[in-house]
Amino acid sequence: MSNRLINWFRFSSPQTFYPLAGRMIPWFWTLAAVFGIAGLSIGFLVAPTDAQQGEGYRIIFLHVPASWMSMFIYLVMAFWSAVGLGFNTRLSGMMASALAPTGALFTFLSLWTGALWGKPMWGTWWVWDARLTSELILLFLYVGFIALKAAIDDPRRADKAGAILALVGVVNIPIIYFSVKWWNTLHQGASVNLTRAPSMAALMLWGMLLCALACWMYSIAVALMRVRTIMLERERHTDWVRQLVEGGEADDALA
Amino acid sequence: MHWHSLADFLAMGQHGPYVWGSLIVMAALLIAEPMLVMHGRRKLVARLRRQYRAERSGHRRPRETGWSRSSS
Repeated sequence: MSNRLINWFRFSSPQTFYPLAGRMIPWFWTLAAVFGIAGLSIGFLVAPTDAQQGEGYRIIFLHVPASWMSMFIYLVMAFWSAVGLGFNTRLSGMMASALAPTGALFTFLSLWTGALWGKPMWGTWWVWDARLTSELILLFLYVGFIALKAAIDDPRRADKAGAILALVGVVNIPIIYFSVKWWNTLHQGASVNLTRAPSMAALMLWGMLLCALACWMYSIAVALMRVRTIMLERERHTDWVRQLVEGGEADDALA
Repeated sequence: MHWHSLADFLAMGQHGPYVWGSLIVMAALLIAEPMLVMHGRRKLVARLRRQYRAERSGHRRPRETGWSRSSS
């Protein structure tokens, strides 16, 4: 085995990853705050009124980032699940567990902000159209994943069962994403498209992208915090956790 | 700056409740989540510390919350 290969696998050991994650967390919080303040300032203070939707369109600065994160976190969770099944690494299952609650939270926020946007624009909080229904199924997948893992006592078996559920459920992500194309939905089409020039004003686009970046940084920070707690819990019989806890190094509040 | 007055800003062109209802709930939950994680971590560290102390003072496998194993 070459040195490079060994180095990669080094970080899949909780003992090595734990302090590394701890050092990264404050940086991700700082970036989340900077991007969040910038994005919300542009979105709520500077961006112009929308010609069709008036001021109500500003929910876009919350709704689109939350929806993107709800789908993206699921893909990352499924990726870690696949890695865990394939390589049997301990860290993978912990990462998937750490991401699920944050993914569920963003899915809920996507549905919540969507309902509050739908009421003034469509005249209804909820319709059973393809986009909304598949996003609701995503919430159930997250909740199912969390509940399934919680129901199995042996963490390694819980990881495996959760990984299979996550991988089967990944089929829902393209359904959500392309639903507005495949079916005739009440939900509007994609706000941002890589293949054609954006139809929104540049300021609106920038506000939205900055808010999305803030949500990315937030998700990384909170997932790293949670994975560190999971590591302490699962590795509690090891010497390194014992040393951290008894030496007071596990007390740092932010991480 | 897009707005003429604070009242103007808060009204959001008659869409105030919807816009602020989205922002407040999202901000509250995104603040609550890391606080919950930190709270859970503090509880875990305190539990582990008690457990280690008990183990050192001679008890074998003190009460471990979660699940119970008959012997180990």
